[in-house]
Amino acid sequence: MASSATDSAFVEFERVQKSYDGETLVVKDLNLSMPKGEFLTMLGPSGSGKTTCLMMLAGFETATHGDIRIGGVSINNIPPHKRGIGMVFQNYALFPHMTVAENLAFPLEVRKIGKSEREEKVQRALDMVQMGRFGGRRPAQLSGGQQQRIALARALVFQPELVLMDEPLGALDKQLREHMQFEITRLAHELGITTVYVTHDQTEALTMSDRVAVFDDGRIQQLAPPDQLYESPQNSFVAQFIGENNTLTGVVKEIGNGKCLVQLDGGDLIDAKPVNVKNVGDRTKVSIRPERVEINKDRLSPDAHTLKAEVLEFIYMGDIFRTRLRVAGHDDFVIKTRNAPDQVRLQPGAMIDIGWLPEDCHALDA
Amino acid sequence: MTDATTDAGKLTTADGQSLKKSLHKALRRQKVRALMLIAPLLLFILLSFIAPIFDMLLRSVENDIVPDTIPRTIVALEDWDATSDEAPGEDVFAAFYTDFAIAEEYKSHTRLGSRLNYELTGISSLFRSTGRKVVKFETESYTEQFTAADAAYADPAHWAAWMADDAVRAALPQTADAYDAWSKIVVDLNNDVPSEEVPADFVYTGLYNDLMDGSSVASMPSVDVTAWEPVSLREQFIDANDGWADPAVWSTIKTYGGDYTSGYFLNSVDMQLSGEGVTQRPEDERIYITLFVRTIILSIVITGSCILLGYPIAFLLANLPLRSANVLMILVLLPFWTSLLVRTSAWKVLLQNQGVINDILVWLHIIADDNRLELINNATGTIIAMTHILLPFMILPLYSVMKTISPSYVRAAKSMGANDWTAFWRVYFPNSVPGIGAGSILVFILSIGYYITPELVGGTKGVFISNRIAYHISSSLNWGLAAALGSILLILVLALYWLYDRIVGIDNVKLGG
Repeated sequence: MASSATDSAFVEFERVQKSYDGETLVVKDLNLSMPKGEFLTMLGPSGSGKTTCLMMLAGFETATHGDIRIGGVSINNIPPHKRGIGMVFQNYALFPHMTVAENLAFPLEVRKIGKSEREEKVQRALDMVQMGRFGGRRPAQLSGGQQQRIALARALVFQPELVLMDEPLGALDKQLREHMQFEITRLAHELGITTVYVTHDQTEALTMSDRVAVFDDGRIQQLAPPDQLYESPQNSFVAQFIGENNTLTGVVKEIGNGKCLVQLDGGDLIDAKPVNVKNVGDRTKVSIRPERVEINKDRLSPDAHTLKAEVLEFIYMGDIFRTRLRVAGHDDFVIKTRNAPDQVRLQPGAMIDIGWLPEDCHALDA
Repeated sequence: MTDATTDAGKLTTADGQSLKKSLHKALRRQKVRALMLIAPLLLFILLSFIAPIFDMLLRSVENDIVPDTIPRTIVALEDWDATSDEAPGEDVFAAFYTDFAIAEEYKSHTRLGSRLNYELTGISSLFRSTGRKVVKFETESYTEQFTAADAAYADPAHWAAWMADDAVRAALPQTADAYDAWSKIVVDLNNDVPSEEVPADFVYTGLYNDLMDGSSVASMPSVDVTAWEPVSLREQFIDANDGWADPAVWSTIKTYGGDYTSGYFLNSVDMQLSGEGVTQRPEDERIYITLFVRTIILSIVITGSCILLGYPIAFLLANLPLRSANVLMILVLLPFWTSLLVRTSAWKVLLQNQGVINDILVWLHIIADDNRLELINNATGTIIAMTHILLPFMILPLYSVMKTISPSYVRAAKSMGANDWTAFWRVYFPNSVPGIGAGSILVFILSIGYYITPELVGGTKGVFISNRIAYHISSSLNWGLAAALGSILLILVLALYWLYDRIVGIDNVKLGG
C-alpha cells in the first residue's frame, strides 16, 4: 500500500509496530490508507493484531513504532478524548447508571453543548436507530439488539467523522445480527462516515465492507474489496480463511501465459492460475472453491484436465447440495451444487470425473 | 394444557387437585429439607447466642430485686407523698423493719443497696451500715416483755401451733407474715425446724403491732401491750443512720419499687427519674450522651478515612494484572493474619510521645523536641489505629465491586470526549458507589461497637461507648445499665441501617461479584 499521504487518504497507518512485552511484535509493519467515507473491515483470527490496531487508532494503546494519521495529522500524541472518534464496543459499554438519553447526551455534555440543542440531537440520534421512545429506560431494561442500537446512536450522536466498531454484533443471535449488519452499513453510507470495523466473522466482513483487510500474524495478508478477496486470494491463508475451500498440494510442472500445470502429490495433473508461484518445481497449494468445481464434463473445454473422484457423502441442505468426495488421496474434498430441477443427486460410492476452469483454481504458496 | 385444566378460573392438575395446592406440596419438601440443613446451626445460635443476648437485654428494664427484697415497705410507701419534705411515718418504718430484718438474714440488703445506689449515691453505704445495727434494735424489749408476761410466748411449740391455726392467722396478719418469713429463714439458712426455735425479734414486733391495732385472739395468753413503752422504729433507724430521715432516700425507694424500671435507659441518656418525674442528671454526672456522640462522630471519621485511603488501593488492585494484584492483595490481607492485640500494641509503640513517629519528626526538625505531638491516648490515636485495622473491610468490598466495572466504560467515556477526570467522576465513580456503600456499612458498624483498640490507645478522650459497657459488665457490675447502653447501641445501628436503606438502598450494596 501507499506509505505516503495521498489526496484521498483520511486514515493512515505508516510502518506501525506494536509490542506489549518488548520481545514479540503483535503488529508488524502495518501500512494502511483509507479514503474518507470508506467502510473498512479488519478481519482475522483472534490474536492477529486487528483489535490492537483499532485500539491504537482510538488512542487506548500507543504504537511502539510508526505513525498513525487522521486527515494528515499525526495523532500519536493526541489523547483519546481529543481524537473525536466515535466508538462502538463489543459489550456496548453503555453506562448502567444513566438512562438511554443520558448515555447519548454524555458526549454532547462534555463538549459543553447547550441543553436544548443536546436534547434535540439525542432525539434525532434515537430516531435514527428507531429507538425514539426508549430515552427514559435504563440499559439493563433493553434487549441485546436494542442496546446495540443505543451504542451505535451514542457513537454517532456527536457526529464524528470516523467511527470504530469492535466486534459490535458478536453477542447477538444470527437473525438480529444480519439485520444489524444491514442497518449499520446503511447508516454509515447515509451519513458518509468513515468506518473501521473489526470482526472475526468473515460473512460479516464480506457483506458489509467496501474493503476488507485480512489480518494474520500481525500483518495485513490482503487488503481488497470483498469480491476480489473471495475470488482471487493472494495467499493460502486468505484462501483458507475466507469462505470454504478445497486444498490440494503439488509441484508446479509448467508455467506461463497466466496458466500453470500442477502435478499433485498423487501424480495427477491439473490446470491452475499461478498467484504466488513463479518457477517450475515450486511446491504449491492449489485452492478451488466448492461451488466452482464442475461435475458435468460437457461444460469443460476438451483439453481440460480432470480428476477421478469417489462420492463419500451427500448432504441435502435445501438451496444447495453438499457432496464430500475423495480426490487425489484427500477425502475432505467438498463440492456444492445448486438445487436445480435438472441437478443430479450423487449417490455415495459412485465414481465421477471432476474438473474446473483454470482461472478458478489458484496456485498459492505452499 | 394437558396437565393443567382450567376449571371455573381455577387451575387444577390432571387428577383434579388444585394446582396451587399441589405446587405447595411439592415445594414443602424442599423447604423442609432446607430447614433440616440449617437446623443444627440455628439451634446452636438460638441457644448459645440469641437467647442469652435477649436475656441480657431484658436486664435493662428488670427491677425485681427491689419489690422482692422489701415488698412490705413498697406496699406501705404507696400512701406516702414522694414530694413531701418529711421521711415517711412509723407504719412504713415498721414494714421496713420487718423487710430489713429478713433481708439482713439473707444478706440481700447489700445487693439492694448497690442497686439503689445507681439511682441515688450513698444508699449503698446506708444499707450496709444499717444492716450491722438492725439486729441490735431495741425491739428486743417487746420479746422480753412477751416472754415475761407468759412463758408460752417463749415456747416454739406453742408458736407453731398458733401459727397453724387459720383463725389466729386471720386475726394477726403481721405476726403470721413475719412468722412465715422467719420460719423460711430457719429452714433455708439454718437447716433447723421452726417448731424447735424461738422466733426472732421482728416476729414479736409484728405481734406487738397487731395487738396495738386492737386484735385479740382467745387461744393465746392475753397480754396488755398498751401499757408498754413503745419503741419507735423510725427513731431506731434514724439513730442507726440519719440518712433514713432524708426523704430523697424514700422517694428513690418508692420510685424504683416496681418490677420493671426505665431507670437504666434514662441513666444511659443522662437522665434520671425522681419524685418530680424525669429530669436531667446534674452536670457532673452526665457522660453517656457525650460518649454516644463521640462514638458516632469518631466512627464517621474512621469510615471517611477508610474511604479516602482504601479507594485508591482498591482501584489499583482492580486494574493491575492478576499477578501483581495478588501480591498487593496479600499486603492488604496481611493485617488480618496478625493478632488484633499485636497490631494495636504496635501502634502504641509508634504513636506514643517518645515513640517512633515523634522521634522521626523531631530528628527531621519538623517539630521541636519539647513540642511533641499528642498522638496517643486521645481521639487521634483511636482514629489512626482503627482506620488501619478496619481498612481491609473497606478495600475488599470496594475491590470486588470495581473488579466488575468493565474497563470499556472508561474507554467509551474517553472516546466520547471525556478527559480522565470526567471519565472517572461521571462514569467510573458512580459505578463504584455500591462498593463504597458496602464498605462503609461494614466499617461503620464494626467501629461503632469497637472495644479493644479504643481501650488501648484511646486514653480518656478516645474511648467509645463499648468501653463503658465493658466497664459496667466487668467492673461496676451494673449489668442493667450495661444492657441498656447495649440496647441503645443496637437500636442506633438498626436505625442507621434503616436510614441507609432509605437513602442509598440496600439493594445497591454489593459485597462481591
